[in-house]
Amino acid sequence: MHDRTIAELGVGLAQGEYSSVELTRAVLEAIERAESLNAFITVTPDIALGQAEAADAARARGEAGPLTGVPIAHKDIFCTDGVRTSCGSRMLDRFVAPYDAFVVERMRAAGAVMVGKTNMDEFAMGSSNETSWYGPVKNPWDVTTVPGGSSGGSAAAVAARLVPGATGTDTGGSIRQPAALTGTSGLKPTYGRVSRYGMIAFASSLDQAGPMATDARDLAIMLSAMAGFDPRDSTCVDHPVPDYAAALEQTNLAGLRVGLPREYFEADGVDGGVSRAIESAIEVLREAGAEVREISLPNTELAVPVYYVIAPAEASSNLSRFDGVRYGHRCEEPVDLEDLYKRSRGEGFGEEVKRRIMVGTYALSAGYYDAYYLKAQQVRRLIRDDFSRAFEEVDVIAAPTAPSTAFALGAKADDPVQMYLSDIFTIAVNLAGLPALSIPAGFSGSRPVGLQLIGRHFDEERLLSVAHGYQQRTDWHTRRPGGEG
Amino acid sequence: MSLDADEVREIAHLARLAVDDADTGHHARNLSEILAFVDRLSGVDTAGIEPLAHPLEMTQRLRSDQVTEVDQRDRFQAIAPATEGGYYTVPRVIE
Repeated sequence: MHDRTIAELGVGLAQGEYSSVELTRAVLEAIERAESLNAFITVTPDIALGQAEAADAARARGEAGPLTGVPIAHKDIFCTDGVRTSCGSRMLDRFVAPYDAFVVERMRAAGAVMVGKTNMDEFAMGSSNETSWYGPVKNPWDVTTVPGGSSGGSAAAVAARLVPGATGTDTGGSIRQPAALTGTSGLKPTYGRVSRYGMIAFASSLDQAGPMATDARDLAIMLSAMAGFDPRDSTCVDHPVPDYAAALEQTNLAGLRVGLPREYFEADGVDGGVSRAIESAIEVLREAGAEVREISLPNTELAVPVYYVIAPAEASSNLSRFDGVRYGHRCEEPVDLEDLYKRSRGEGFGEEVKRRIMVGTYALSAGYYDAYYLKAQQVRRLIRDDFSRAFEEVDVIAAPTAPSTAFALGAKADDPVQMYLSDIFTIAVNLAGLPALSIPAGFSGSRPVGLQLIGRHFDEERLLSVAHGYQQRTDWHTRRPGGEG
Repeated sequence: MSLDADEVREIAHLARLAVDDADTGHHARNLSEILAFVDRLSGVDTAGIEPLAHPLEMTQRLRSDQVTEVDQRDRFQAIAPATEGGYYTVPRVIE
């Protein structure tokens, strides 16, 4: 039963086919059997069973919503009251959060059952889940390959059907790229759509939380619970939350204007199998009546360089809070305050995090600020304006999510710039603050390929309806590793 | 842009990061590659372009200056590495 979608589980629970306690036990057993995937940092069986009992009681009182009693996992970047929140880092290995993140509060209020905290790249800095202090996550399609990152644990857990849905965060592609590499669906909402209260900050002008699941319907159910205004996140936008599930009823794609950015399709280094799968996916949209046309996003190739100035600069500032004084790792026997700071941080952070803190520190340092940070912010506007112009002509933009399928563990671990290019098709979306999702669109060989759909600000409804329309016409989202589908 | 080991030590100091001397060469190479990669921005004509700090160009929301937090000192200090009498403690700063 645990391998069904959220929508299906809602029906099974409503019809009394199983209780949330029974379902939760099945999920906990599945997680235990799949321990070698390393998808979880912390499993929370006691909390899960307590919440499942409460969900069953709520249902008995007639108070059940679409998530009541449904087991889900949270990326270990979201603070959970009384439960370790490590952010994939030795720095926070023993950090037990004193409060819940907004997303955690909202999912619990909707009746979802938290079964655990998923593995991730350290402080969300990575595209392969290999920078985690707790070791890499294995891709359930092929355990010699990475699941993508940084939300790799959430993606692997959903792909292996351990949980029907999980939360993720996306700063430069960290929901969409792992969704693509694991054959799952993931949505990065508009910047400010979901409150980041209690979500450990990486790059504050880019970070956004979103849902990961097997299909667009479940993304809609989860986003309806996650979205909303929260004064505790000063960047959260007070914008009405529509009924995202209702948007799915509109699956007619006739007349939908779909733009294909030339620069994404002519980029160097795109896997041939990925290109073929995406072309077939676009053909599905065309046959359904969509008007497909070529567009141009001329500053595309500047997105990754802009990101690798802005994100490290903001990270170097955000991560200065980890100083070994109030919480987090503290070195043994510091001789003075400077030694306390330096060794606590040197020991607590891994290589990639240190690298980015140093790049950011350099980019913000006296004499270099204009050449790097200011320049990057100017080019960021050019990138955002490219999208604004494109959205005058089209309703959605379609492109590959990632240039390749899942790559071998270790393949890019020693080459930061090559690793950064894994996010070449996802990063511009964060710079422009746009919503985008990735859905399964076939295979290259035996490895899943993701189709990315990008929308206008706050147009998540349209993205979900197009994704659902596509999933009504295809069955890639039902394929699962090593199983029938 | 190419950094040497001394520059890496200086950046690490600014970032308050202990870096082993044995690793500075490795960091210098990595950071130089990253900076060379982002240097392609220097060729872009950005004369007259306003920097974009917030993707939706929203301004900071203000709130009234009222106490909204309750005192949770014991709770927060329970996760601190070292405290004494309600204070966070660090090595002596003033002799």
